[in-house]
Amino acid sequence: MTTLTDPPKEQFRLSMLLYDTRYRSATIQVIALFAFMLLAAWLISNTAQNLAELGKPIDFGFFAEPASYDINQRLIDYTSRDTHFRAALVGLLNTLVIAVLGCLAATILGVIIGVLRLSTNWLVARLMTIYVEMFRNVPLLLWIVFIMAILIETLPSPRDFRGDSPEASMWLNDTVAVTNRGVYIPEPLFARGLGDMAVLDPFSWPNQVAWLGLPLTTIFFFVAIGLGVYLARLTRSTMESAGVGTSTTARGLATLVAFLLPLAIWHNLFQALAGVTLIDAARFEISLDLLLILFVIALGALAAADVGRLGDAMQDATGKRPPVKAIQLSLILMPLVVTLVALGFYLGYPELKGFNFQGGTHLRNSLIALWLALSLYTAAFVAEIVRAGILAISRGQTEAAAALGLRPNRIMSLVILPQALRVIIPPLISQYLNLTKNSSLAIAVGYMDITGTLGGITMNQTGRELECVLLLMLVYLTISLSISAVMNIYNESVKLRER
Amino acid sequence: MSDTHAETVAYVRDEMLPQAAPPSSAVGALGWARANLFSNWFNAILTILSLFFIYEILAGILPWILSPTWVGGSLNECRGILAELGREGHFSGACWGVIRDRWIQLLFGFYPADLYWRPILAFLLLGVALAPVLFSDRFPAKLLWFSALYPVIFPWLLWGGAVWTPVLVVVGFALAYLAFRAIAARLGGLSALIAGVLVLVLWFMWGMGAVNDGINRAIGGMRMDAQEARLTDSIARLETRNAALLAEIDEVEASIAEQLALAEAALADETQNYRDILVAVVDERNHLDDLRRDYGLVQSDLSDQQGLLRQIEALPGVRETLPAQREAAAALRAALPDTVDHVTTRNGYEALQASNRQDGLGIPLEDFEALDAALSAEALVSASEATLRQTYADVARFGLEPVESRSFGGFMLSITIGVVAIAASLPLGIVLALGRQSDLMIVKYLCVGFIEFIRGVPLITLLFVASTLLNIFMPPGTNFDIILRVLIMVTLFASAYMAEVIRGGLAALPKGQYEAADSLGLDYWQAQRLVIMPQALKISIPGIVSTFIGVFKDTTLVSIIGLLDPLGLSNAIRADSAWNGIVWELYGFIAVLFFIFCFGMSRYSMYLERRLHTGH
Repeated sequence: MTTLTDPPKEQFRLSMLLYDTRYRSATIQVIALFAFMLLAAWLISNTAQNLAELGKPIDFGFFAEPASYDINQRLIDYTSRDTHFRAALVGLLNTLVIAVLGCLAATILGVIIGVLRLSTNWLVARLMTIYVEMFRNVPLLLWIVFIMAILIETLPSPRDFRGDSPEASMWLNDTVAVTNRGVYIPEPLFARGLGDMAVLDPFSWPNQVAWLGLPLTTIFFFVAIGLGVYLARLTRSTMESAGVGTSTTARGLATLVAFLLPLAIWHNLFQALAGVTLIDAARFEISLDLLLILFVIALGALAAADVGRLGDAMQDATGKRPPVKAIQLSLILMPLVVTLVALGFYLGYPELKGFNFQGGTHLRNSLIALWLALSLYTAAFVAEIVRAGILAISRGQTEAAAALGLRPNRIMSLVILPQALRVIIPPLISQYLNLTKNSSLAIAVGYMDITGTLGGITMNQTGRELECVLLLMLVYLTISLSISAVMNIYNESVKLRER
Repeated sequence: MSDTHAETVAYVRDEMLPQAAPPSSAVGALGWARANLFSNWFNAILTILSLFFIYEILAGILPWILSPTWVGGSLNECRGILAELGREGHFSGACWGVIRDRWIQLLFGFYPADLYWRPILAFLLLGVALAPVLFSDRFPAKLLWFSALYPVIFPWLLWGGAVWTPVLVVVGFALAYLAFRAIAARLGGLSALIAGVLVLVLWFMWGMGAVNDGINRAIGGMRMDAQEARLTDSIARLETRNAALLAEIDEVEASIAEQLALAEAALADETQNYRDILVAVVDERNHLDDLRRDYGLVQSDLSDQQGLLRQIEALPGVRETLPAQREAAAALRAALPDTVDHVTTRNGYEALQASNRQDGLGIPLEDFEALDAALSAEALVSASEATLRQTYADVARFGLEPVESRSFGGFMLSITIGVVAIAASLPLGIVLALGRQSDLMIVKYLCVGFIEFIRGVPLITLLFVASTLLNIFMPPGTNFDIILRVLIMVTLFASAYMAEVIRGGLAALPKGQYEAADSLGLDYWQAQRLVIMPQALKISIPGIVSTFIGVFKDTTLVSIIGLLDPLGLSNAIRADSAWNGIVWELYGFIAVLFFIFCFGMSRYSMYLERRLHTGH
């Protein structure tokens, strides 16, 4: 007869923390956490001690002081009497501008080069290989200063445009002037414009209100986004249950309302709380014309999406596709044209007056050089990504699609591209991220992005290195994390659904 | 069969046709061109456009590159040579004289000319140290011992210093290893690891400095008298040498001026060849440069030795007064009133004074005067102590002449930063990647936080941290070298990217590999070392190498915080009046060198991929 005995109940001993694998992981983690906190405490206490000795405790008050330096390339109004905060904001907008422009150009160039690298034309493929290797193996900073030097040294100066037989002439029927001081392009103007709308600037509010206002506004912003998404879903489910079908326009409008309503409430609530009238606090001015145009375009696009869906339904029902493309195009373009005519849209052209060009939008050399260098450099990487993406789709896919009787361009758009994009998009977005971070090299050519303002002149003038560098990092971190959040959402949505 | 056919159907061929040569349009250069360049009308257009493009580029650049301006001693002389050839205008030709004149500077920065052998040797030895790692199939594994010692030899060769400094570093690691072994035998791996790290930290924070001072003092005391006699002798010799050099320099300068005047005249009336005269001048110029360099070297030797001699002569006096100074400082400090007693530095003094003035702390003026006196006395003491320590170290130094970080520059600086960051970031990246994949939650989130933070900010902000903030994060009074600070930040930056690349490799391994390693009874580190890492690293080679290339290219960013890498030097060179206005030649030279390095690295990665490819 066998007796079943429990194994002797093990007493917990201290040594088990080290030798028993069940507890050892906890020990290691506690030690790691302890070491980390020790390190952090050491760094923080050192910093506090050093700052106390230097006599400059952490203080963000300098943001409200006048910046007293000029920024020549800017999107919003700014004078040297404005605050450091506004200077940083101008810089941030400049960073975003160069990032968006750079990403656009890099994508277009990169796709062309990537496809041409796969070309059956030997010469073209070799040329593109040379391009890619040339840009990938030489530092970006060198390209930036190099292109800046090209712009300054080889382009004609405004003086050359003068006289009866000028050495240089303007491009595109006398509308664009390319000079060694920058490029002058026509600027959009409105004869019957709506003017600007004032928006609050938190840093012109009284101090205690500003500190309360910033986080609260941020929270409200996210609440508004959440509410917008929720309302959009609600609209959809209501419409579906009512059997009306789905309408993107209705959902978009609902989102817009849901987004604007809390903001408007907060706007007024804050005015009541802060005791600052709108006119006093307003320093941000957003062009109402621009808002209106964006609104019209968005509405047109939403309606076009609806028409597309309607066309699909009709095709399913009758087998014939109505002329959807034309209707969609006119839905987007017609209201836009009407709006532009109503606003009295016209272009202001640059003209040579005195020693320089006047009128038009002046894109400085620093902007152009940075833009060109960033997009040419990143395009080399994008080209490699595109090439790898196309090569990743096995030839069998093309052949299978051809066997189904699809024509070559349909094979490309229906079979190859959707699969290639899944491979291409994640590294592409990380290239966008790199481009955005690389735009901080603007400081080398004097383009005033956020690094040039907050991390450059503001830091040197105020001597607030810790605050400025920390904020600078925070800004870039926010941009990067937002982009990677978008990327994660996209990855999730196109992930291969496996059994 | 064919026979029957031949009989029945007369028109069926019953023999094979002889193989004909392919049509002439499908073979040779023509056939190749048809297949690869003009296969359809679109390709034909592309080819023609490309040819036109290539022609335009070459027509623009080749004449510019092919300029016989190698002998030009300044931009104006280059223009003179070109003008003589009938090539006028801004872009008529390159001025290669600047490269001939400054290429050494672009390679070495302001590193002392007589010590160029040290960086050269360091980089040659780098090749020796890397060989067994990079080409493990062709070199004996015993060379790996040299690779392990190389991280100590490299900084010693570049920065110089006493020969026992690297030895003491090695001793520190040996002590840590001994502690690890001793405790591992008794208490197991984890506590041994902690003990080892503790020993290392203690050694580098306290032990090493004390031992170093002791050695300096012992050897310095022994060599003091002999050194004094030797210095007196040598100074006399150097002074004679200097006078001779000066005279010769004057002579050569006069001769060059004479020839240049001749050249100007030649350019004006075209009687003689301008360029030929310049060619003759080049030799003399080189000679003059040599002389000037010798003179500078002798001069700096002389002032060094004179300074050391003065120090040695002053040494007994300093040693005598030091106790009295110490007493005086201690007495002043003890007599300080409570209000100002906590202040120990000049900065603190000024901060306290400012806040007293602004916030009205009500500290009387006498207290500040007393504090001022105490601080001055303490400063005197620490200066004397520093003099003593320095003198002993200088007298005792048995090794290489120290070189300051300020004089580092050019490609030497880029390669130094690149190599150190690359070498240090790989192990750090592996640790971070393992941490991110680990089951230990806290470790995992610490690693994730670090990696995402570093990857989310541009390198330039980290370099700002290196140049302005890193000293603030360290204990008060620490002021460590700018290159060291940059190295730390660049290494951290690279390691975060490396960690992501290696994590990709780890994620690509099938789960079966982990399970197989577990089922063999390997513990975590054994499994990582023997099964996981060799495969994961192999998968991530392309990513690792492109991270290396990226780091090497990013070293140019240090020019923004004022270090003299090639790009920073190019600005310095253009500030020289002789080369003011030179742009393309310098950028081109730098770009070509960077291209060679980076392209070489990417080719090596391809070779490595092929060699490690064990599949079919």
